[in-house]
This record gives sequence, C-alpha cells and structure tokens, in this order.
Amino acid sequence: MDSSTSVTVTQKEQMMVEQRVFQIYSLFADLPPNSQSFMLEIQRDSHIDYLTNGLRGLGSSFCVLDANRPWLCYWILHSLALLEESIDEELENNAIDFLSRCEDPNGGYGGGPGQMPHLATTYAAINSLISLGGHSSLSSINRDSVYSFLRQMKQPNGGFRMHDGGEVDVRACYTAISVASILNILDERLVEHVGDFILSCQTHEGGIAGEPGSEAHGGYTYCGIATMILINEVRRLDVAALLDWVVFRQGIECGFQGRVNKLVDGCYSFWQGGVSALLQRSYPIISGLVASESEEYSDADSTLSATSDIPECEHAAIGGSSLQGDNEACHNNPEGTRDSSAPTNLNDVGHNFLEWKASMGPPFNPMALQQYILLCSQLQEGGFRDKPGKSRDFYHTCYCLSGLSACQYSWSGDLGSQPAPQAILGPYSNLLEPIHPLYNIVLKKYHEARDFFSST
Amino acid sequence: MSSSEGETERDAQVPLFARPEWADVVPIPQDDGPNPVVPIAYKDDFRETMDYFRAVFKANELSHRSLALTSLAITLNSGNYTIWQFRRRILEAIDSDMHFELEFTEQIAKTNSKNYQLWHHRRWVAEKLGPEATEGELKFTRKIFCTDAKNYHAWSHRQWVLQNLGGWKGELDYCQKLLDEDIFNNSAWNQRYFVVTKSPLLGGLIAMRDSEVAYAVESIKSFPENESPWRYLRGLYKDDIVSWVNDPRVASVCLDVLEAKKNCVFALTTLLDLLCLGYNPSQELIDAVSGMGLPDTNPTRPDCGLAELICSILGQEDPMRTNYWTWRKSQLT
Repeated sequence: MDSSTSVTVTQKEQMMVEQRVFQIYSLFADLPPNSQSFMLEIQRDSHIDYLTNGLRGLGSSFCVLDANRPWLCYWILHSLALLEESIDEELENNAIDFLSRCEDPNGGYGGGPGQMPHLATTYAAINSLISLGGHSSLSSINRDSVYSFLRQMKQPNGGFRMHDGGEVDVRACYTAISVASILNILDERLVEHVGDFILSCQTHEGGIAGEPGSEAHGGYTYCGIATMILINEVRRLDVAALLDWVVFRQGIECGFQGRVNKLVDGCYSFWQGGVSALLQRSYPIISGLVASESEEYSDADSTLSATSDIPECEHAAIGGSSLQGDNEACHNNPEGTRDSSAPTNLNDVGHNFLEWKASMGPPFNPMALQQYILLCSQLQEGGFRDKPGKSRDFYHTCYCLSGLSACQYSWSGDLGSQPAPQAILGPYSNLLEPIHPLYNIVLKKYHEARDFFSST
Repeated sequence: MSSSEGETERDAQVPLFARPEWADVVPIPQDDGPNPVVPIAYKDDFRETMDYFRAVFKANELSHRSLALTSLAITLNSGNYTIWQFRRRILEAIDSDMHFELEFTEQIAKTNSKNYQLWHHRRWVAEKLGPEATEGELKFTRKIFCTDAKNYHAWSHRQWVLQNLGGWKGELDYCQKLLDEDIFNNSAWNQRYFVVTKSPLLGGLIAMRDSEVAYAVESIKSFPENESPWRYLRGLYKDDIVSWVNDPRVASVCLDVLEAKKNCVFALTTLLDLLCLGYNPSQELIDAVSGMGLPDTNPTRPDCGLAELICSILGQEDPMRTNYWTWRKSQLT
C-alpha cells in the first residue's frame, strides 16, 4: 500500500481541524502576557448572560429541541451552578413549576408538558431540580412515581428502554440508575442484570458502546462506567483496557475525541475526561493495586509530580510549570482500601465513592484539556462550542464547563478540597464548583439532595 | 393512506384550522404554565401542528388523518419521540403499509441522519417487514455511509439488521471496500470485527484469526500511526491474551515499525503491554528500543528493564500521555 497517495476523508478532516486549532494556539503564543491572561479567563459574566437569557426565552430554531426542554434546563442550570451563580427566586420557581408540568401523572418526566415520560428527560429534570436545590425544588420530586416509571422501563436483558416502545442502550441504563441512586430508590430489581448488559457493551477496543457490537464511544463509555460504579460492579469490566482506550482519546489538539480517528469535540471534555476521573478514583481499588502504607512517593517517582506540560503545542507558552503532587493525595489513604466482602447498601455507593481518595494522579493531561476548552471552545461573547468553526450551544456549554471542573479537581485527593493553584489554567478565579463525577451535579447540591432523600 | 399524505404536503401552506378535514377537532394548546422557563418562540405552523397533535393524542385517534398529522409534526421536529411512538400505534391500528414507512424515514434521514427516533423507528419497521427488508436496509445504510461513513446510528442499525434479518454474505467485502477508501475509518474496522466474530458464514474468530492478523499487520506497516489496526490486532486475541503474546507477528510488526524510526508510539505501547504480560523480547527488539536513544530525562536505576525504558521513551515520544506513562512505570513490578 502506498502511503503517499491521496489522503483519506479521515486524514483530511483531521488536518483541517488541526490547522484551525494550531492557528489559535499560535496566535495565543504571540500575544503579550496581559492578553494571554485575558484569553485564559473564564468569561463568567458573558456565560451567565448567555445562560440566563436562554432560561428566559429561546428562538424559533429551538423547536428541534421541543422534546428536550428538561435537558435545556439542566444544561443551563448546571452550568450556572458550576459558575456558582444563583438565579433569582422568581426564575427558580418558574423552573420548578415548568418541570412539574413535564411530569407524567404515572411517573417520569417528558421532554415538555404533555409528552410521554422518557428516561433521559427524567434524568435531566431531576438533575435540574437538584441543581436548583432548596426544599421546594427537592420536594417537588415524586419518588414513588419515578420508581414506578423506572420499573416499567426495565428490560429482561438487564437494560432499560428510554421510553415506552423506545430504544434500549447504555444511556438508558445510566439515566435510570443515576436517578434511582440519587433519589435513594435504587434496589436489586432495578440493578438486576444491568452489569451483564453493560459488560456485553465493552468492545475489543476497551471502550464501551451503546449496544453490544457497536463502536466504543465516549458518551456511552461514561454512561457505562458510571453505572457500573453505582451498582458496585465496576470490577467486572476490563478496566485496564478501558483506561488504555480513554487516555488515547486525548489528541494533539489537547481536547478529547469521542472515538478512535474521529475529531476533537469540546463535549468529550466531560464524557472522556469524566471517565478518566472515575477511573482514577476507582482503579486502584478495583485491581487491588492500592499501594501499601510503606510505599513512599518521592518527587522523582511520584505519579503526582508528573509534569503536565502542554505537548506538541509548540507555540503555546502556557502551562510550563511542573505540578508538584498534592501531599494529601500522595499518601495512601487507608480508607481507599475497601472491604469487598462487607455488604454495601446500593444507595450508599454513590456517596461512598466520594470517600475513595484518589491514589493516582489524573491519567490524562488536565492542563492541555483546559487549554483546549478555554482557547478553542470558549467564546468571548458567552457560551462554549464543539470546536472552532462550530456555533455555541447550551449542551456544549454544560459539558465544557463540567469537563473544566473535572480538570481543576483532577489533582485533588478529596473532591471537596480546594485545588492547588497549579491545577488551574488561567487565573485562580477560573475555579469552578466541584462536581460529583457519577451524576455530574455540583457537589454542594449533591450533598443537599443526599441529605434530603436520605431523611425523607 | 398515501393520498392523505400527499394532501398534507400539497396543502402545506394552508393552516390546519382552515382545512375542512380538521374542522371537527379542537386544538389543544401546550400547558406551559404562566411563566415557563426555556420557552421556545414557536412559529405559527409549528404551534398549530402541535396543538392539533395534542388533540388527536389525547383523543387517542388512530386514523389516517392523524397519521398524516404525525408526518407533518415529525418533519417539523424529528426529535419528538412521543409523536413517533404515537405514529407506531396508528400504523398498527390501521394496518398500514410498512413500505411507505421506509420511504418516510428515508426522507427524514436526508436532513437529519443522526436522530435516535428515526433509527429506532426504522428498526421497528424493518422488524415488522422481516427478512424481505434485509436488502433494503443494507442498501439504506450504505447510502448513509456514502456521505458519512461513521454514522453511529447507521452502523448500529446495520448490525441489528445482520443479526436479526441476515444478509451477511457481502459484509466482509463491504468492510474491505470501506477500508480501501479510508483505512482510518474506525467504524469500518469495528464492523470488520463484528463480521469476523459473528458472521455465521465465516468460521468464527479463531478460524478467521490468522488471516485477520495478517491483514492488520499489513495495514499497520502502511500506516503505523493509525490506531485502528493496532486495537483491532489486540482485539483479535480478546479473551486469549496468552496467544496474543505468543504470536510472533505481534512483536515482529513492532520491530518493523521501530526500525523504520517513525510513528513509533503504538509499537512502543504494544511492546510495553507484551512485556507486562511476560513476553521475552529478542535481542533485536532490545536493540531497536535502546537505539532510540534515551533522551535527557533522569536516568532510572542502572539495571532498569526494557519496560521501564519504554515508559521513559514514551514519556518523551507521547507527551500528551506523560501522566499515564509515569503511572504505567510505577505499576511495573
């Protein structure tokens, strides 16, 4: 085969994207330091305006998302929560009221008032209500009927249908299990055979597909691993293969692609970055690789002192400092050792996960990813996009910000603790709220919901 | 049924309230509440169509005219799964012609080939039609691949068709064709794996392995930077990793690539994995790796093994994954 003949479609598209991305990095490198600092700032005010305006009203072109309005709520409300921006009480009440109109009398939430309930919009509605927080919001959730809906969607093969007569795939598993877990209504009947189904979706490449046989894909991989962790069966996956697949999804552009040989996309900052974050915190436990207390992490050997210099972006002048390991994360935490024989209440798994202190650093390159998000996805006028040349939208805004948060906290042994300045690209004021990586909800809001649904 | 479909399209300019066939229906406005969030500024035709849909939906009217209405509504928003599901109920109730459904979904796919509902509906229709739909479905997905050879939904659908309706005969050749067009098409590689492992016409993975390894190796030699064949090669030995380690062609292709001195990352990672699984490297391989000249990082212990050396080299050759290679090194016993 002559490799000097004409380029293929894949190669051509890849080259075009690289060109645009490197042009941005190159222009950035030539800027004076002040301008560079500015480019790296999160444009909070612009994003907040973009998001709040969206919450208040959307143009007619949004009719194609008329069956996805709880998603629009979640993308916007979660983004605002990440930016630590509260919304005014009136808007909050309007949101709670609207979402309750999306609720089906028999349980679950649809894409809009009067629409059939759907697992994805149920996930989005509930995550929205939790992101809002407060008694009014949380008490509006009717757990019994949600449970009933989840049971109705459950399939014999372990998976779930997205809606009555709808498709069965790994997304459905995640949305169902995530909702059940956070509402404290997860049980054996919901969990039964879910692990078998997801396991059958892990492909020969190492990642996870939507259905058995399909291609390994970032979105489904996130859904798959998050679900497996939530049902306490992550050990059943080939985690080494999964880790190897996901780390190679971060390319020369510094962002993540969704599949092998496909193009970078800002939303994978969360789907793939989130997978990395989950693996980082569960890997040592899964494979019994938890280091004994006698092991010392010297600077030379410590995984956590690995430099995260931005590679290949030869024109980028940022991120030159090496990152000294966070001392707390360096030391092995005895709590990281789990007694796998102790019975676990399914509904505690999501919460206990927060106590699994990471004993390995991020396996991906968080500084490079932040660079892609801030310089290539962020728009100065507000919002984030897939890649240069694409338009902004609320979905990408949500997942770019979520991915950014995941990066910022990727060196934190304890998710709740403040990251070191070296973990943040740009000014420290770029710091976002931490998320619970299994649900993609801001941690504070998660804790509030956890307390609320544990006691009621 | 077709005539009412045609009518709907021809009269597209005439609003529903002005059409005699809809005179008896009272449209139902959306219950958004007084102050909804994320309200959409619907255009008049959208709003009206949805108001009429809500009316027939509530009345559970499974008729030809409601079928036509769902066509209209789906054209305006192909993501409304409630409408697609209602459409299916109508189709079953009026014992409709599924062949028209194939045409209908194909029309929708022209503007929106990445929509879940469309593909789910197509699957449902194909299931109703059974094996007679096989050729049409393979043709339909092929058409989609002409403009987007990696359409995820289309590939899942194609796999479903093969497994549930048949049509395996030309599939390996089709994968070959796509790979000849674009050797970097990972979806085609994935499909190849699917065919090789699942086709009842081939012998199964073990029977096919030898020739598939040969194919993967040739592909790697042409484009060592192409991740797909490397993962494919590894995948051929899924659940039999010992055989992967012991297949001399695996280490051999690594050596070839290393000796060519460019695009070495996957060769190095493969070699690292082999070593971690107990592979005993030849002197040639050791020399090829050592010959890469360890760059000016801190030298590790003087007696550092090949695996550790590879981790160090990868830290330089593949800097995006520095953290991963450092961690891999720390995991070496």
